[in-house]
Amino acid sequence: MAMTMHLDVVSAEESIYSGVVEEILAPGTLGNLGIMPRHSQLITTLKPGELRYKTKDGDVSLFVAGGIMEVQPSIVTVLADTAVRAEDLDEKAAQDAQKRAEDALQGKDPEDIDYEAIKAELEAAKAQIEMIHRIGKTLR
Amino acid sequence: MAGLKEIRSQIGSIQNTKKITKAMEMVAASKMRRARERMDASRPYAEKMRQVVSHMALGHLEYQHSFFKERDTVKRVGYIIISSDRGLCGGLNTNLFKKALESIAEWKEKDVEVDIAVFGNKALAAFKRFGVVAETTGLGDKPGVNDLLGTIKVMLDAYEEGRIDRLFLVENEFVNSMTQTPRVTQLIPVVAAEMDEIKHHWDYLYEPESKEVIDMLMTRYIESLVYQGIVENIACEMSARMIAMKSATDNAGDMIDKLKLVYNKARQAAITQEISEIVAGAAAVE
Repeated sequence: MAMTMHLDVVSAEESIYSGVVEEILAPGTLGNLGIMPRHSQLITTLKPGELRYKTKDGDVSLFVAGGIMEVQPSIVTVLADTAVRAEDLDEKAAQDAQKRAEDALQGKDPEDIDYEAIKAELEAAKAQIEMIHRIGKTLR
Repeated sequence: MAGLKEIRSQIGSIQNTKKITKAMEMVAASKMRRARERMDASRPYAEKMRQVVSHMALGHLEYQHSFFKERDTVKRVGYIIISSDRGLCGGLNTNLFKKALESIAEWKEKDVEVDIAVFGNKALAAFKRFGVVAETTGLGDKPGVNDLLGTIKVMLDAYEEGRIDRLFLVENEFVNSMTQTPRVTQLIPVVAAEMDEIKHHWDYLYEPESKEVIDMLMTRYIESLVYQGIVENIACEMSARMIAMKSATDNAGDMIDKLKLVYNKARQAAITQEISEIVAGAAAVE
């Protein structure tokens, strides 16, 4: 049997997943990370994107809109800002969100306090759409 | 003897009040159920957060965040007080404020100034005279984490800049639907986990820089604690209101029973009097 580790994915509103996994792929701010069991301690911020993990029943995909991941040799904890199960993603809603964010950015001065927040929102929406497209392809 | 009509209208008005309190009780009961679900749902995040932070407190890190450092002198302390927006929930807020005032009074005795940030209208009204530095009210039943960030940031900045040397959270703890207890906990400096005998000599790998990650994590940690407090307070508010309204309904019922007794006695007396008058009149004719 393959080596395993425990993974917890929680967002402020709910607990998404808690269980045993064999491998994790996470969207780190500095690039994607593959985590195998017995990884050394690591702590990283996450950017909006796809979080995949391999359980004994197959691969599972989640969308996270950023957050923090803590890796201990046998336990991995993902503290997501928001996490959505891949099948719950809504392309229409994501596109609307992207449009809204782009409109809001128009004529905004980058010094504005809201600028960063809107930009983050835009990036999250883009990442969601990208992920929907990718999954859509694999499903078809 | 009070007039029959007056007693009847009094019974009527109490009955109306009873209807209202009964309705409020039922609304609070169903809201409480949802608030408890939300409270339970947000618990794992706070729990995991606490776990990660206590891992950090145990590890041997290259960068020590200021929230871990105990300051030698305490000149000013901060309080974040979480209350409900609305009243009619029994002694929930009053008990909480009493606890907060006790704790504040202890600091005042030592000549330590106090800064207060509040969530909820009731706390704002109660602590106005102490000078409230930040407030958030009207959160409703489903607060998002984003709604809280402003007020929390004011206090965290105050700590970073050294304007306050300690930060406390005053909140209601949901024990069960009958019991809620107010408590004061220290948010910053972070109280070290109790198992500090097993100090490890490892450090994390950081992506990106350690300072950036840990700063973000610590802010999130405090935010999650406050969010948890707010969600818990809503559950407390609803169950306290449910209990308060239940006893109000019961009291209204008792009052109606008593008034009915008085009413019936008065009615009986009036009838008796009438009969005796008729009998006396008939006797006089004969």
